Amino acid sequence: MSAMLTLYVPRDSAALAVGADAVADALHAAALAHGAALQLVRNGSRGLLWLETLVEVATPQGRVAYGPVAPDDVPALWPALVAEADGTPSAHPLRQGVTDQIPYLALQERLTFRRVGITDPLSLDDYAAHGGWAGLQAAVGMDSAAILHEVTHSGLRGRGGAAFPAGIKWKTVAHAVATPGATKYVVCNADEGDSGTFADRMLMEGDPYLLIEGMAIAALAVGATEGYVYIRSEYPHAVATLTEAVARATAAGWIGDDVCRSGRAFHLHVRMGAGSYVCGEETAMLESLEGKRGIVRAKPPLPALEGLFGQPTVINNVLTFAAVPTILAQGGAFYRNYGVGRSHGTLPFQLAGNIRRGGLVEKAFGLTLRELLYGFGGGTASGRPVKAVQVGGPLGTYVPESQWDVPLDYEAYAAIGAVVGHGGLVVHDDTADMAGLARYAMEFCALESCGKCTPCRIGSTRGVEVIDRITLNRHQPVVRDQQVTLLRDLCETMVGGSLCAMGGMTPFPVLSALNHYPADFGL
Amino acid sequence: MNAPASAAPAAATADVPLTPRQQQALSAVLAERGALPGALLPVLHGVQDALGHIPPAALPVIARALHLSRAEVHGVVTYYHHFRTTPPRGRVVQICRAEACRSMGAEALMAHAQSAIDAHGCDTLEAAYCLGLCAQSPAVMVGDRLHARMTPAKLDALLVSDPSAQGEGA
Ligand SMILES: Cc1cc2nc3c(=O)[nH]c(=O)nc-3n(C[C@H](O)[C@H](O)[C@H](O)COP(=O)(O)O)c2cc1C
Ligand code: SF4
Ligand code: FES
Repeated sequence: MSAMLTLYVPRDSAALAVGADAVADALHAAALAHGAALQLVRNGSRGLLWLETLVEVATPQGRVAYGPVAPDDVPALWPALVAEADGTPSAHPLRQGVTDQIPYLALQERLTFRRVGITDPLSLDDYAAHGGWAGLQAAVGMDSAAILHEVTHSGLRGRGGAAFPAGIKWKTVAHAVATPGATKYVVCNADEGDSGTFADRMLMEGDPYLLIEGMAIAALAVGATEGYVYIRSEYPHAVATLTEAVARATAAGWIGDDVCRSGRAFHLHVRMGAGSYVCGEETAMLESLEGKRGIVRAKPPLPALEGLFGQPTVINNVLTFAAVPTILAQGGAFYRNYGVGRSHGTLPFQLAGNIRRGGLVEKAFGLTLRELLYGFGGGTASGRPVKAVQVGGPLGTYVPESQWDVPLDYEAYAAIGAVVGHGGLVVHDDTADMAGLARYAMEFCALESCGKCTPCRIGSTRGVEVIDRITLNRHQPVVRDQQVTLLRDLCETMVGGSLCAMGGMTPFPVLSALNHYPADFGL
Repeated sequence: MNAPASAAPAAATADVPLTPRQQQALSAVLAERGALPGALLPVLHGVQDALGHIPPAALPVIARALHLSRAEVHGVVTYYHHFRTTPPRGRVVQICRAEACRSMGAEALMAHAQSAIDAHGCDTLEAAYCLGLCAQSPAVMVGDRLHARMTPAKLDALLVSDPSAQGEGA
């Protein structure tokens, strides 16, 4: 049989960074050499990142995965792929089985990421064929109050870190009035500066129309006609993919002058950051979009009332907007039924750092760190014991083993002084030096501080010095203990006296390292 | 290109005038992006993409076109880590130093890269703070190409190879 062979090779940065383009080239070359007809789809990533480059082949049993494939593997892999397409499973060592049945994927509850890795990210046909635009089409037939009701009822909270209810924010903007002649805005925070997080990037590269659809629904709900996506400059592929997707969605009439034949306009623009972590803070982002230095603004006024160019503005994270089409298509109650307590829905967790099976795991809130670390992640990449896990980015705490059974839910984490944040987990093995990591947290704050308030601007530099004095004097108990007291005082000043979470939360990783791993500080 | 051979290596100060090529690129960027709302960052990106850096002599031109003061433009250029006012030497090699990459040996990789680049002296080494490849650490960007699961040996191979022959991640 020489039927068309259909293969999938991701175009996600995570795959490109391990040679996916070269794998794709090698597959084309093999097809040419064997005179085979090949359809090669460049999909998003399935999120099984230890298996990238993951090559999938369409078979009568569904898609079958091989990975991690290097360009040199292709000649030997080719006959296996051809046999597989005809329904004959191969014995190739890289064979991972039917993709959807790989436990890492099968055990997930993918709502936001359900299309990522399956479709061609820029194909409008693929998007529509896999349930795309259903949320926007439903929203077009609803009034603002009805959309706001669904989003509020879903229990969706901001996925960028602070977990503020999305429906309440949107309602404030919907009821605010723009200056005559001006417009309200919808702004997407795609700055994703936290180490250990890559879900925003994967979504933008793997299913960009979902973000566009979510932002269009927000625009209808609040009465905005202009939107911006602010993407960090470290993500050139996400910028390129989303820019192209916006152009195609506009040309097809999904957004633009007449959103989905609603008679209402929504023009979306992609903007690029310039290497500043603090520009992920929403008001610093607005300054940056206005063409200024990314300095944090004092609140009030809330951006919901006086945001971009002084007008009422919705600002949400990529994953917040991307959850909305599902809510509109399936109803707020459907989404609300996932999760525990007041943490409704799902969170795309990101397993990163020293972990054997790193990747993206979308699950309802309520599972534990231990399940993620060992059930999904398989322990450390180094094979050594896990020592600490930083949850929630560089401003999140180091969570010690005694707390790995606490359910991942916003309130349960707050109760132990930790944060779920954007759902990133960075794993460290027992070789990690926690005093060194605490020092790095202060160093990073000093580097990225916008400089507006003293505790953050000066305190972070002092923090580095004090931690150095602690570790240098680890055998001088009197000096060392004085410096520890000083460090605690300094952290208290930063927590209490900083305008934003940069200075206000940098003490979280520092103090958690000190409290849970005192030996690393010589205590 | 028109500068006499004895001139300082590259425009590092505002008194070095723009070359005709630079002027042309700057005008094109201003024509395309100057009227955008909050145009300054898009304009600066455009200039840096076209010229590899933002020549100091471009600042007054940008300020005039956008009705800003020179100080405002200078303030923005210097605030953001991404913008550079001098051309980089050779390729820009960025090594991620953030937490996930630290957990997989980024600091040792950085030290290795530093000595390699010091030895051959033809590239620019910089730190990055997360490249979004945290499950495949350590991560590196060379020019505009990403590389994950980097090791000192792989980095050496990358740095000696001809950049134009390099596929992303290969
Ligand atoms: C220093 C700092 C960095 C931040 N970085 C991000 C970021 O990269 N992405 C993000 O969505 N929110 C970030 N935030 C949170 C935003 O200020 C804001 O809460 C968020 O964009 C609101 O959207 P959400 O409600 O959908 O989460 C950051 C906050 C601070 C203080
Ligand atoms: S805490 Fe730091 S980053 Fe935040 S406003 Fe103050 S100086 Fe700026
Ligand atoms: S921490 Fe290095 S790529 Fe994210």
